[in-house]
Amino acid sequence: MSQATDIRAGSPLQSVVSWLLRNHIWVFLALTVTVFSLASPYFLTVNNLGNILTQAAFIGILAIGMTMVMIDGEIDLSVGAVLALASALAIGLQDHMGVWPAVFLGLLSGAALGFLNGTLVALSGMHSFIVTLGGLIGIRGLVFVYSGENALMVPDFSYTEIPEIYLGPISLTAIIFFALAVLFQWVLSSTRHGRETYAVGDNIEAAHDAGINVRRHKIINFTICGTLAAVCGILLSMRLGTAEPNAGKIWELWTIIAVVLGGTRLQGGFGSMWMTIGGVLTLAVLRNGLRLLNTPNYVELMVMGAVLVLALVLDKLLNHGEVP
Amino acid sequence: MRQTMNGVLRRHGLVLAFLVFLAGVALNAEAFLTPGNILDVLRQVSITGMMALGVTFVVLTGRLDLSVGSLLTLLTVIVVDQHNIAGPFPAIVMTLAAGLAVGALNGLLVGFVGLNALIVTLAMLSFLQGLVLFYSGGSNVNVQNAQETWFAVFGRGDFLGLPVPVILFLVGAVVAGLVLQFTSFGRRVYGVGGNETASIFSGIDARWTVFWTYVVSGFTTGVAAIIMGSRVMGAQNTIGQGYELTVLAGVILGGTSLLGGSGSVWRTVIGISMLGFIQNGLLLLGFAYYVQWLVTWAVIIIAVWIDLGAKRGRILA
Repeated sequence: MSQATDIRAGSPLQSVVSWLLRNHIWVFLALTVTVFSLASPYFLTVNNLGNILTQAAFIGILAIGMTMVMIDGEIDLSVGAVLALASALAIGLQDHMGVWPAVFLGLLSGAALGFLNGTLVALSGMHSFIVTLGGLIGIRGLVFVYSGENALMVPDFSYTEIPEIYLGPISLTAIIFFALAVLFQWVLSSTRHGRETYAVGDNIEAAHDAGINVRRHKIINFTICGTLAAVCGILLSMRLGTAEPNAGKIWELWTIIAVVLGGTRLQGGFGSMWMTIGGVLTLAVLRNGLRLLNTPNYVELMVMGAVLVLALVLDKLLNHGEVP
Repeated sequence: MRQTMNGVLRRHGLVLAFLVFLAGVALNAEAFLTPGNILDVLRQVSITGMMALGVTFVVLTGRLDLSVGSLLTLLTVIVVDQHNIAGPFPAIVMTLAAGLAVGALNGLLVGFVGLNALIVTLAMLSFLQGLVLFYSGGSNVNVQNAQETWFAVFGRGDFLGLPVPVILFLVGAVVAGLVLQFTSFGRRVYGVGGNETASIFSGIDARWTVFWTYVVSGFTTGVAAIIMGSRVMGAQNTIGQGYELTVLAGVILGGTSLLGGSGSVWRTVIGISMLGFIQNGLLLLGFAYYVQWLVTWAVIIIAVWIDLGAKRGRILA
């Protein structure tokens, strides 16, 4: 958690510079926004910015849970599959029990799978990469077992109007994303659970010796991650009105990219929701901007790859050889 | 007695469970343990298996390679397209060269720049997928003279009654196993994975060792792409999507530790073959193809847990 760039007794200029070095994702975000504003007349419009926020919200909600898990020094590869299952249940069960019970069960499925992942990690001592890699494969199987190979269609399309609430240009989906991010930033910075998250990620043995119930702690964070994945799945099902069994495929990768881009470290012990918001927005701005410029799909994929490596190199350089 | 039980479980528990599975399927599906079916399974396994050989080297150093699926797509597209343009032999050379180059780039970023392997190869996954679309323009490619080209031998040929891809896989496995056991490079791989700091103090250049493991991974993916292109005689832009996960699942299932330093090629061969037989067995029993994913999930968790539990002498962490 140590920050080599932390210059304590410095002039205001120095402290600004050190803040920027630690939060370089926001500098990068400002840069990309500037570039796209100059490059496309459609980019810096209220409408498009609202769109970006909505587009960002889906990966963003996944990224909040991923950040919690990653600060713990773990990873959750199963979020894409969990969101597909939640969205399939939320739509498929509506015929039997009505809209809100179905949505509730969708959320519950995410919480249960997160709990299962966390329990397996905590009890077995296996690396979460292995446990959730299994989950990624198996939970997708559950989705197919439940919904077959076809997309499920919502019985009553008024379901798709639920998230059609706007605060100015900002959609309900985006508001939920920001509200959740603020909530979990508060959890991280101002609650015991948050402090324990950093402690466990920083040095798990020290955390255990200090009396933290590491097992229970990890299970809680995986449950949070699973539940948020289900929230994302349900919002997606509301937006689309259908639940496709392949929904959310490789979204776990985009989510990890967003979180790492923000500056949260895979080793754990370091990160915050502000960084993650920065990473999520940067990713969304890049994707949106490149599309507005009519670049072919492959440019987007190649830019993402390049930007990710660049972010790692920057992080390494700025933090004096602390391996990111 | 308990010690011996533990030892047996650790070394052979997985294989025993697998034999029980084989017997169970064979009792319920006559076609399962026939030579024809076994060769079919091995033929299917040879592509992921070939990739898994290289990935085993990477994982043994405690690193990951998630880019192999995208790389397989790219190289298959290249081999098929260049087959039409330049002919089979130049196509093969170019494919292997491209595989080596991507492996070297991964190795450079992970080994020498010292970036996180998971993120670097994830970035490479995205980048290569873009490169595929750039190269192919989004359209599928097919070998034009599929009936007469000798290129067909890699995926479809037989030699002494064995499918050529299976022979390639087995030869690759033997070579990889010998390299790991009997060369100084092999010992360096285990050294870096076991304790990187100690290995550096013993005079091992960990950077080069990591670099070469990625080159090996790029090369084996190149060979896999040649088998794939020859078998399908075409390539879609998503042909290798998700393969990195299957490959990794096979390596993990074999019992090679993601932390590095422990594992072997034969374990990978067992792990990846098990996945193949499980898939095939479930299909023969009449299950839908996605049921194998559920079983894979359970098998990975149980297998790795038992392995880990046997190593530390108790089942709970």
